[in-house]
Amino acid sequence: MSATATRNGHSANPVGDGSLRRDDEDDPETDSGGSLPGRLLRALAGQISSRVPPADLDERDPDYIRESLPGLWLLSSLYFRGEVRGLGNIPEEGPVLLVGNHSGGNLTPDTTVLTLAFHAYFGVERPFYQLAHNLVLSMPGLSFLRKFGTVAASPANAEKALRSGAALLVYPGGDYEVHRPSWHSHRVEFAGRRGFIRLALEHDVPIVPVVSIGGQETALFLSRGETLSRLLGLDRLLRLKVLPISIAAPWGLNIGDFLGHIPLPAKITVEALPAIRLRDEFGPEPDVDEAYEHVLRLMQETLDALAAERRLPIIG
Amino acid sequence: MRVQAQIEVAAPPEAVWEFVIDPARYLHFMAGVTRWEVAGALATGMGARYRTLMRVGSAEVGGLVEIVEWDEGCDLAWTSVTGVDQRGRWRLRAGPDDRTQVQLRLAYGVAGSGLLGWVAEQVAAPTVRGHLRRSLQQLKRQVEHERLRRQAAQRRSERGVSGAGTSASPSGS
Repeated sequence: MSATATRNGHSANPVGDGSLRRDDEDDPETDSGGSLPGRLLRALAGQISSRVPPADLDERDPDYIRESLPGLWLLSSLYFRGEVRGLGNIPEEGPVLLVGNHSGGNLTPDTTVLTLAFHAYFGVERPFYQLAHNLVLSMPGLSFLRKFGTVAASPANAEKALRSGAALLVYPGGDYEVHRPSWHSHRVEFAGRRGFIRLALEHDVPIVPVVSIGGQETALFLSRGETLSRLLGLDRLLRLKVLPISIAAPWGLNIGDFLGHIPLPAKITVEALPAIRLRDEFGPEPDVDEAYEHVLRLMQETLDALAAERRLPIIG
Repeated sequence: MRVQAQIEVAAPPEAVWEFVIDPARYLHFMAGVTRWEVAGALATGMGARYRTLMRVGSAEVGGLVEIVEWDEGCDLAWTSVTGVDQRGRWRLRAGPDDRTQVQLRLAYGVAGSGLLGWVAEQVAAPTVRGHLRRSLQQLKRQVEHERLRRQAAQRRSERGVSGAGTSASPSGS
């Protein structure tokens, strides 16, 4: 299962969160204080950063993925009763940017279901990379994600993947979206992050929006905990903008979700929409804001339709 | 894991063979199959390749397959080139009264996937078996229907010929 972690972004987003944020998008504060706790926390952040391996696309291992597919299939089919639609909308070859909404806290079942479906549909031979938070890649025990093609979220890694002709999955909402309250389950919340539009324009690749539902029903998400993070000074010291609060198995009250949780077996439905070629739709010099709003609107409309199909939470 | 299903079709093997070698018909009679596209210059025959997908559980599973055995009117077998390991076979055997015993076999798995792979194969088996059974039922219906249409067309054509003869000799009645 893929995972996201709480936000820890800073200049050039070296501790990325899958969102491809630019410095000017929403990280105004960078001072981290000079007190002892501050220095300790900075040292911890440094340790985390140093554990993040440099992006090496070659770490993706098709044989490993192939041998892991049966396990993923069992998890996806039996536990999450995954249903994936519209994979035929993804261009058969060449670089493509898959843009998804993200749900489920630090453990994101939508990624599991989509990863299985993509590899089963196109074959493990087709290069497919996913951007993830650096904290995820630095966690012991999660190194297997790199074999699946998960690389640290940064514009440089995204560029490298697209230049190689691969399909690249990004989650612009990142940790802001995965920790949204459960009553926002049916909302696409990208927090205004437009990096994916710029990326698609820069590399002239089609965008395929991928909309999923069900992930935010795997626990009861109460709050992103932005105020708590600010009060504890974590936003200044560790650049943790969110300190999510949820009720999740097996912890009960779960603050931070640092150790993950056992997701409830909610039905996950994923739908890939027709590819959007920005220059075909918006002319040779598309307006980033207009393109962003267009993609967001299409995804929200699809999410609304998927929500309307759903009769009961978790059961689907 | 190997699963198979069989059925008797009220048509000769040549009529069934016509269906099973034609990739354009697969989406019409193969249950659960979402893709069966020709990949390469050869549309049918030994060495022909197809991109195939079958919906099983939460995924469409398949890959590139190649025809590796071609015994005209009797046996057709394919094996996977990429994707999930699979080997499939159509086995047609002539029965009495112009009937045909049709058997469809599919062996599948992922080499090297260990215990989870074995469990996944067992869990998927009822779905795959169901797909094969429904495929054979649909094949039977389509082949037999096609045979009836051809017989009807032949009868119409014979009636047309005899009708023309009657009108040509009005005094013959």
